Amino acid sequence: MSHAHDNHAIDHHDDHHEHHHKDTFITKYIFSIDHKMIAKQYLLTGIFMGIIGVGMSLLFRLQLAWPEQSFKVFSFFLGERMAPGGVMTNEAYLSLITIHGTIMVFFVLTAALSGTFSNLLIPLQLGARDMASGLLNMISYWLFFLSSVIMVWSLFVESGPASAGWTIYPPLSALPQAISGSGMGMTLWLVSMAIFIAASLLGSLNYIVTVINLRTKGMSLTRMPLTIWAFFITAVIGVISFPVLLSAALLLIMDRSFGTSFFLSDIYLAGEVLNYQGGSPVLFEHLFWFLGHPEVYIILLPALGITSEVIATNSRKPIFGYRAMIMSILAIAFLSTIVWGHHMFISGMNPFLGSVFTFTTLLIAIPSAVKAFNYITTLWKGNLQLNPAMLFSIGLVSTFITGGLTGIILGDSTLDINVHDTYFVVAHFHLVMGISALYGMFAGIYHWFPKMFGRMLNKTLGYVHFWVTAVCAYGVFFPMHFIGMAGLPRRYYENTNFPLFDDLQDVNVLITTFAIVGGVFQLVFLYNFFSSIFYGKRTVQNPWRSNTLEWTAPIEHMHGNWPGEIPEVHRWPYDYSKPGHDEDFVPQNVPMKPGEEELHH
Amino acid sequence: MTSLLVILVLVLLSVALWQLTKIFDLTQVGKKGEESLVADDNDNKVNGYLSFAFLAFIYLITIYCFAYYGKFPLMSNSASVHGKEVDQLMWVSMILIFIVQTITQALLFYFSYKYRGRKGQVATYFSDNNKLEFIWSSIPAIVLAVLIFFGLFTWNDIMFINEKVEKPIVIEIYAQQFKWTARYSGADNVLGKANVRLIEGVNTLGVDLSDPNAQDDIVTDELHLPKGKKVIFKIRSQDVLHSMYMPHFRAQMNCVPGMVTQFAFIPSMTTEEMRETPEMIEKVANINKIREENSIALVAEGKTALDPYTFDFLLLCNKICGASHYNMQMKVVVDTPEDYKKWLAGKTSLVKSVKEEQAAKDAEKNPVIKDTTAVKVDTTLVAAASMK
Repeated sequence: MSHAHDNHAIDHHDDHHEHHHKDTFITKYIFSIDHKMIAKQYLLTGIFMGIIGVGMSLLFRLQLAWPEQSFKVFSFFLGERMAPGGVMTNEAYLSLITIHGTIMVFFVLTAALSGTFSNLLIPLQLGARDMASGLLNMISYWLFFLSSVIMVWSLFVESGPASAGWTIYPPLSALPQAISGSGMGMTLWLVSMAIFIAASLLGSLNYIVTVINLRTKGMSLTRMPLTIWAFFITAVIGVISFPVLLSAALLLIMDRSFGTSFFLSDIYLAGEVLNYQGGSPVLFEHLFWFLGHPEVYIILLPALGITSEVIATNSRKPIFGYRAMIMSILAIAFLSTIVWGHHMFISGMNPFLGSVFTFTTLLIAIPSAVKAFNYITTLWKGNLQLNPAMLFSIGLVSTFITGGLTGIILGDSTLDINVHDTYFVVAHFHLVMGISALYGMFAGIYHWFPKMFGRMLNKTLGYVHFWVTAVCAYGVFFPMHFIGMAGLPRRYYENTNFPLFDDLQDVNVLITTFAIVGGVFQLVFLYNFFSSIFYGKRTVQNPWRSNTLEWTAPIEHMHGNWPGEIPEVHRWPYDYSKPGHDEDFVPQNVPMKPGEEELHH
Repeated sequence: MTSLLVILVLVLLSVALWQLTKIFDLTQVGKKGEESLVADDNDNKVNGYLSFAFLAFIYLITIYCFAYYGKFPLMSNSASVHGKEVDQLMWVSMILIFIVQTITQALLFYFSYKYRGRKGQVATYFSDNNKLEFIWSSIPAIVLAVLIFFGLFTWNDIMFINEKVEKPIVIEIYAQQFKWTARYSGADNVLGKANVRLIEGVNTLGVDLSDPNAQDDIVTDELHLPKGKKVIFKIRSQDVLHSMYMPHFRAQMNCVPGMVTQFAFIPSMTTEEMRETPEMIEKVANINKIREENSIALVAEGKTALDPYTFDFLLLCNKICGASHYNMQMKVVVDTPEDYKKWLAGKTSLVKSVKEEQAAKDAEKNPVIKDTTAVKVDTTLVAAASMK
């Protein structure tokens, strides 16, 4: 089936002389249609949004550890309106958690993670000159940029940013009378997200088309690196589920602005009966989580894809169970669209649905378990090169297991009753998708930094960054399970109104301490990242001695990626330490030796 | 204090780490022309050992949490009948995931340490093994099937209630920003119809007063339950989503405007009995110690001291519902059936309160400005007058 793509490869061969045309600053750095530049744009925007998102979490962690204390940082960052006298208000707290969730889930872990690495790696690892449509790719980035700007702008509106939680359940998110953040702030949130979804869809379609059509000669589907499989399937899930969120957002906009009643009914608020009749907030929950749950995998799969690649390369060993990995990606993708109801066991939907969703949810644990076991087996009898990227990948497997296991509790409708919406949930999803995906992103950055910027990141700083982050991540989220199981609800501004929870305050202080230390040490990464862009040591073409095609491209970036012909692929990407070869890696473009056996991976 | 300690430890740790790598770098001087930014044998060695240390850290933090925070989780001492089953299932699942966690983390970090890269070491070319794949797909599948089976069994037990057969006591839980109200269905055990459009004066729940079933309904702002009797909660909300969460009863259900949700359980312990369990005595003593310490600091600042704490069951809001979400609670009291009856008999029915209110207002006959929250009573007058 790979032969169908030969034509494309040939088509592009003749193009490469056009690279000599002059780029202006604007076409090269701003409105670039080159996938490598767009990847960098995504990364930088993502890092910027990540700083905001993580910064916010540190602010509300301070409030949680030392409730209603006056802090100079609050006065500085929140101002008099949100923190009069340096004491964070309850509405400011809700705004912070809402925007923290939104930014981290959508802007950092969806857009920046998959935007950066899908853009960078899909053409490079497939042997394509660029994405299928450079123009759409550029539009996708700039729509994402626009949505980021609107989201950040919403922080500064008079009535405060959205503050109904990142899940924006109506009626709270629909009625400004219910909470002031549901005024202008919420409108901007919805507009921003609508644009974001458009950006995401354009990006995803582009990824899908590129993977299907632009693979180089010999790059059959079962010779694709697992990164590409992950990005490809992620894009498919995105195309299936993001439109549903868009429709939910549109209906919510109508309820808010045009008096419709899709999600609202029988409401008496601020002394009057509102005119809504016949809608149901539960419908919104269904629509939201129909995206919301696949979204978890949209975040996680690219991280797992990156990890697969990084672990194989640095173990100097083929990834264990290549086909099983693909099968589990496909199984996860399919199951992810039929498990959303586990967020709604106690939403008031029919309990029978709860049974069904418990079943599908626990099913999804099986492919996830397979992936985890395969990673561990890949390490077994390897020759592990413990580069920072490798450490982050191992860290990912660790947090993925720790966080995934508690999913067995939450996915069980019976057990969910008592831990639903407590800190147990917060601990679970932060470990399994938040921290894991962040580790995946860091692994990707450390691994492909040389490819992106032609220079190396400092490894010692990388090690410090990893170990402190790893310790702090567990330090933050491990104790959190315990206060959650004590019945402590999430999204509480403070717990001082409940003497019952007084004995949990120490734990909150401990968590905040770890969070602050972990947060501060991200500065090590930022310093390493930005200084290495300019002053890092220059890299060699294939620093990690990796098999995939991106390392056959020259260090110097150019339109079309390869001078001359596109490399042809002769083997799968995981021929590490293959007996019969002199080196411990055999790039994909190296032809098979006579008599060399291609495994049925 | 703990925080200072943690910061100190972490700072020292990172300094030590930094120094360690520096020392290793120094030992490398002269061996290589130029420092490479790709991990070399020394990096592999240092980080291999650190992986092993990290495994120790994971175990230590687990042990620490169990030792110091192990008493927090609500996994025993449940105050409802079904709670015992939930707790049991929780224990089984927890032990299971704890075992898996211990083993997999050990393998992961032990391998990272054991197979750390060395010059000349060659990795085994091992890419596939159907038997292994089969084993680790089927073991989780079987284990999960068992968990699903028990989970669903318990779930059905909790969620499906045959009201005609079991005849549970019907109580309405009514949520609004930021307050809970309970409505007892009275002698007929049937709640009168209600809708937010009927909210008026003391009838804050919008009960249809013309409904015969509503005549004996009683509205209270404290929830009393009889021990050993099945209670079914019919749950409403008047404004946004809330969640009725009673952790000690292992009970939770969202409150959805525009629809009635429900949850049922049998309280198995009175408040008194719960207070006297050894776990609770210890917990309350500990909390009071903390409150005393905090009070000393407060008094020093010239503020009032905290009240000592006695345990009560609570109903808390567990779905973000607005600015004061963090303080939306109702006291829950489980009585013996006799005490429960006595308590309920002492309450006035809603119909009676409405009549009294109307009489009082009729006597006053002063048109007042409409204000819904503070002077609720007045709206009735306005409304009553306009109806005439």
